Amino acid sequence: MASTLAATTDSAGIPVAAPAAARMASWQVWGVVLLLPYLLVFFVFVLYPVAYGFWLGHNPESYVELFEDPIFISSVVNTAIFLIVGINVKMAIALLLSGFFAIPRWWIRTLGLLFIIPWAVPSIPTILSLRFMLNPEWGVINQVIYRLTFEDGPNWLNDPTLGLTLAIAVHIWKSLPFWTLILLAGRLAISKEMYEAAAIDGASAPQRFFHITWPSMRQLYLTCTILSMFFTLGDFNSVYLLTGGGPADLTHVLATLGIRYIRLDRVDLAMASIIVALPLMLPLMVFMMRRLSR
Amino acid sequence: MRRYLTEARLLLVGIPVLLWTVIPIYHLLLFALSPKEAGFQGNLWPDEPTLRNFKLVFEQKHHYLINFWHQMWNSIVIAVAVGVLTLFVATAAAFAISRLRVRGGRVIMNMALLTYFVPAAFLALPMYKAMGTYGLLNSQWALILAMVTVATPYAIWVLKQAADKLPLELDEAAIIDGATAPQLFRHIFVPLMTPSLMAVGTYALLLAWNEYLYAFLLLSRDVDTTLAVALGAFLSADDSPWELLMTAGFIYALPPAAIYYAFRRYMAADLTSGSVKS
Repeated sequence: MASTLAATTDSAGIPVAAPAAARMASWQVWGVVLLLPYLLVFFVFVLYPVAYGFWLGHNPESYVELFEDPIFISSVVNTAIFLIVGINVKMAIALLLSGFFAIPRWWIRTLGLLFIIPWAVPSIPTILSLRFMLNPEWGVINQVIYRLTFEDGPNWLNDPTLGLTLAIAVHIWKSLPFWTLILLAGRLAISKEMYEAAAIDGASAPQRFFHITWPSMRQLYLTCTILSMFFTLGDFNSVYLLTGGGPADLTHVLATLGIRYIRLDRVDLAMASIIVALPLMLPLMVFMMRRLSR
Repeated sequence: MRRYLTEARLLLVGIPVLLWTVIPIYHLLLFALSPKEAGFQGNLWPDEPTLRNFKLVFEQKHHYLINFWHQMWNSIVIAVAVGVLTLFVATAAAFAISRLRVRGGRVIMNMALLTYFVPAAFLALPMYKAMGTYGLLNSQWALILAMVTVATPYAIWVLKQAADKLPLELDEAAIIDGATAPQLFRHIFVPLMTPSLMAVGTYALLLAWNEYLYAFLLLSRDVDTTLAVALGAFLSADDSPWELLMTAGFIYALPPAAIYYAFRRYMAADLTSGSVKS
């Protein structure tokens, strides 16, 4: 390797320019060839389905019907609550916990290993386990409530407000570890010297956070929040596996509503319910594309 | 004294975090180890822990479980296929974009990023309809190709970020030496990128193993589906044998947890470094 590097500096480019140009051309050919598999995947399984989806949702009457469906309206409200509450609570806790997990202790390291499990394992078993814990008759939660208060606990998943709240909690349970890990990596990348200097100046913990940690992590926090928005919008499992959209279809979000319409054999409404979310998503998608492709 | 106070305060965070994380998983395990009725009593540990449920699941002794091993095999085949195909497609693309600097590479990277941002549940329905027109519904290829589509954008992005960090001099030296693109790929790119390649392959494999929505949309016959769909089918029934569901779910959750811990080193370093940059 040393000899090849030496050759680069010695030859100054002139004698090898012509073969190098030919080489570059062959690299371009190879580049195109190597891009083909992904282009194929993109055109066949992204572009065509999306175009087909738009075509299926092209009838204006579908949109009139969609906006007259009270389930759609409640799903939009639920989605907004799910996004605003779910993402902000999750990211705030992740930011705090990233500080906790950055503390060097053997037991915190061990806890960190356990903490990642909800993210590493599939949704189905753990959400079904939670669902059973919440069962009003046999579930462990209501049994504990009964033992402590001698009164019956609430019928958790039969109440739309409780149901949606619990779905948000499940979403947070599942995705909190991932964002904590990312923010932890960001926190560990901050130079130790800044904190040492602050400690010499006698800065308090809140001062260190607001003057060193937060300014260094603000951009990362924003990136994570928007990325998390896309993932949360597509979170089908937390709602579907916990409440199934019930009771009376009142806990649906946009991610599960499409499946409901497919079940009712209304593909046009399913596509329309997705297309109406696009004006909100596209600007953020383009913003994030610019941000990440730098 | 001060030291103990600090430790006590840390425990005040640590204990709730531990309980929050572990309780649903512990509950799952508790059910799997309990005899049929005992799970309903809300004890912290079963009076008579038993492996009977595992035996019933392994021997497929319930009509919901008659295809358990078959579905386990389906899950394995699909996850491995998705891991290998994603790795192939994404490595080729990332190499072309980052190292060969192919014209239009930036546009393609942007297309991939936009695809990555499309919420999974939103792409699922058009994908389902498109697979119908391709005549792939109820073929395992439908699920494999759908998951490759979902996994590749992030895989390409992670690999491109990692490849951009390799020193440029390596390529210049390779040009002077008259290296062809395949030589560059084999002798420089792959050896230096091995940790990232491991991370991306594992990521795609776990994504496919854990997937529920696409699997249940694209595959409907019991013999074709994955374990995720089979477990989801318990949901719609009133007479579900819950202790067997929990046991099967526990078994289904073990491989991804094991794989994650085995590859944790790569996963943590490579899958997060890209996002930390900005």
